[in-house]
Amino acid sequence: MKRFLYELSESWKIAVAQMRSNMTRSTLTALGVIIGIVAVTLMGTAISGIQVGFDKSMAIFGDDVLYVGQWPWKNVDDWWNYRDRKKIKTEYAEGLNRMIAMTPNSNLAIAIPTSSVYRSVKYMDSEVNNVLIRGTVSDYIITSTFDFKEGRFFNELESRGGANVCVIGYDVADALFPSASPIDKSVLINGQPFKVVGVISRQGSFLGLFSLDSIVVIPLPAFQKYFTAKSEAEILVKVKDKTKLADAKDELAGLMRHVRGLPPEKKDDFSINEQQALKSTLDPIKNSIAVAGLFITGLSLFVGAIGIMNITFVSVKERTKEIGTRKALGARRRTILLQFLIESTALCLLGGIIGLTFAFLMCFLIGVAFPSFPIHFSSKLVLVSILVSVLTGLISGFAPAWSASRLDPVTALRYE
Amino acid sequence: MMDTRDSIRPVGPVVIDIENITKDYVMGEEIVHALRGVSLRVHRNEYIAIMGPSGSGKSTLMNMVGCLDTPTSGRYGFNGRNVAEMDDDELAAIRNREIGFVFQTFNLLPRANTLRNVELPLIYAGVDPETREERATQTLIDVGLGDRLHHKPNELSGGQRQRVAIARALVNRPSIILADEPTGNLDSKTGEEIMSLFEDLYRRGNTIILVTHEADIARHARRTVRLRDGLIESDDLMTVPELESMALT
Ligand SMILES: Nc1ncnc2c1ncn2[C@@H]1O[C@H](COP(=O)(O)OP(=O)(O)OP(=O)(O)O)[C@@H](O)[C@H]1O
Ligand SMILES: [Mg+2]
Repeated sequence: MKRFLYELSESWKIAVAQMRSNMTRSTLTALGVIIGIVAVTLMGTAISGIQVGFDKSMAIFGDDVLYVGQWPWKNVDDWWNYRDRKKIKTEYAEGLNRMIAMTPNSNLAIAIPTSSVYRSVKYMDSEVNNVLIRGTVSDYIITSTFDFKEGRFFNELESRGGANVCVIGYDVADALFPSASPIDKSVLINGQPFKVVGVISRQGSFLGLFSLDSIVVIPLPAFQKYFTAKSEAEILVKVKDKTKLADAKDELAGLMRHVRGLPPEKKDDFSINEQQALKSTLDPIKNSIAVAGLFITGLSLFVGAIGIMNITFVSVKERTKEIGTRKALGARRRTILLQFLIESTALCLLGGIIGLTFAFLMCFLIGVAFPSFPIHFSSKLVLVSILVSVLTGLISGFAPAWSASRLDPVTALRYE
Repeated sequence: MMDTRDSIRPVGPVVIDIENITKDYVMGEEIVHALRGVSLRVHRNEYIAIMGPSGSGKSTLMNMVGCLDTPTSGRYGFNGRNVAEMDDDELAAIRNREIGFVFQTFNLLPRANTLRNVELPLIYAGVDPETREERATQTLIDVGLGDRLHHKPNELSGGQRQRVAIARALVNRPSIILADEPTGNLDSKTGEEIMSLFEDLYRRGNTIILVTHEADIARHARRTVRLRDGLIESDDLMTVPELESMALT
C-alpha cells in the first residue's frame, strides 16, 4: 500500500516533468479536453443560471397560490380557443370566498381579486412608462412574499373605500424619488393623484428580462374607477396546505365552474395556473441547451481522448528504452501501467483546469456585461469537470499504458 | 593463508545455477541460436568476466542471469529457486532487490537528477522518502559523487554517469552486480577508475559478473568465462601467481 503511494507520487512527478518539457505539445493535445470542459461548464452554468434566476423569480409568486385567469401559463398551439373565453371578473373572488367559507375542510384559504393594466406614472417632471398598475384588496399582502423598504401596504379601510393611495415598486420609487422619501408624496397615474403609503423592497427581475419592481398597487375600487379599459383580471387563491396543491386545484376548478354556471358537459372556460406550470415551460429550453452542450462536450472529449491516446502512444514509443531500464530496476507491470495512466490523466486534468479557467473567465465577462443575467458558476460543476477530465484521461491512456506495461524488458532495453 | 593449489576455488553458497540453457530467437523464417547449451555455476562473492566475440551470446546470457529474459530450454536456479516458476511480480522483485544492473549506455533517466535516478530502485522497493534520500545520498558518496547530487545526467561526464548508474545498481544492496560492458563507452583511464570501484565492491563481498571484450578489463576478474557461438569455450579461475601479481599492483 505504502509502496503504491510512493509509486503514485513518483509517477505524478514524472508526469508533471514530462508535461513541462513538452508544454506546447501537451497544451495542443489537451485542446479537445479544454473545449469539452468549456462546453460542459458553460452549459451547466447556463442551465443552472436559468434555474436559479427562475427560482428566484418564482419565489416572488409564492408556491402556495393558484392563479385563475383567462390564459394558461404555457405556450398553446390553439390560442383561438382561449381568446374567445369569457373574461375573468374580479367579482368572482367574493363568490369564491363565500363558497370556501361554506365548505368544511376546504383546501382553499382565501381568494383575492386583482386587475392589472400598464400605465405611466408621474411625479413633478419625472415620468416612468409601462408601469404595471394593479388594483387589489388589502388581503393581497397575504399572497405575496415581498417586504417593505418603507411604509406599509394599504389597509382594509383604504381598500374598501377605494382611497387614492398606492404602494410603489422599487424601480418606480427609484426613478421618481431619487433622493427623497416617496412616503406621503402624491404621484400621478393616468392624471389621477395617488398618495404613496409604502415602497416595496427590491424584487429583482424575472429571468433578468423584465423587472418586477416596476409596479404600483392601488385599492381595487380606485382601480375600477379609473382603469377599467383593457385591464385584465386574475383571481389569486391561497391554499391552506401546499402539499395538497392538486386537491386544492380540483376544488377550485369545481368552485369556478359553479361561479361560471357551467353545465357538466362543457369544458372549463378558465385556466387555473400555478408556479409549477411555469417551471415546465422552461424545460424545453433547458433540454435543448443540455442536448447541444452534451453533443459539443461529447464530441470534443472524444476528439480529445483520441489525441491523448495518440500522444501517450508516442510517449511510450519514445521512452521504450526507459521502460526497459525501469523494468530492469524492478518496476512491475502495474507500476508502468500506473505511470502512463497518470501521464494521460495529468494531461487531461491540465486540459480540464485550463478549460475551467476559460469558462470561469467567460462567465465573469458575461456577468460584467449583463449584470442582471443570473450567472451561477457552481462548485458542483467544477467537480464534475474534474471528474470528467480524469475519466477521459484514464480511458484514453489505458491502451498505451497497457501496451507499455506488457513490453518485454529485453526488447525494450535493446530499442534504439 | 596462502593456498598451495594453483588457483583458489570459491567456497560460498551457489547463487546462480544455470544448467544447459538454450535461447533461440525467431527472426521471421530464420531461427537464431543465441545460446546453445550453457551451464554456469556462480558462488557468492565471485568476480567473473564473460568474454567472447560479438554475437557470441554474452548479453543474452547476462539478461538470462538478470531475470530479464527466459530461456528456451534448460533450468535456471537463482538462490535455490527455479526462475521458470516465478511470475512477473516475483521476477520484478528479484531484479529490484537481488540484482543490480549496470549498462554500457548508462541508461539514466535524462530528466531526473542524480539523486532521483539513484532513488528509483528504492521507490520500487517501497522505501519511505526520507530513508530513500539518505540511502541514495550515502551510496552516491560511496562512489565519489557526493558533490553531484543535483546534477542532471547531461551535466555529468561519461565516467560520472556510469558511477551514478553503479550507485543506482548498489542502492538496494543487491547480492549480485551485473554489468554489460560497463566501460564500453568510456576512455581507458575512466574505465580503470570504474574497474577499481568494482574491485572495491568485490572486496566488500559483492558478487560481480561483467561482460567485456577487453582483456585489460577482464584481468580484474578472478574468473573468466569465454563464449563462442552460444557455447562456453573456456572457464578459467585466476592462478595464484596471477593473484599475487595483482596484489602487487
Ligand atoms: N531480440 C533478438 N532478436 C533476434 N536476435 C537476437 C536478439 N537478441 C540477440 N539476438 C542474436 O543473438 C545473438 C547473440 O546476441 P548477443 O547480444 O547476446 O551477443 P553479444 O555477445 O552480447 O554481442 P556484442 O558483443 O556485440 O554485444 C546475436 O546473433 C544476435 O543477433
Ligand atoms: Mg552484448
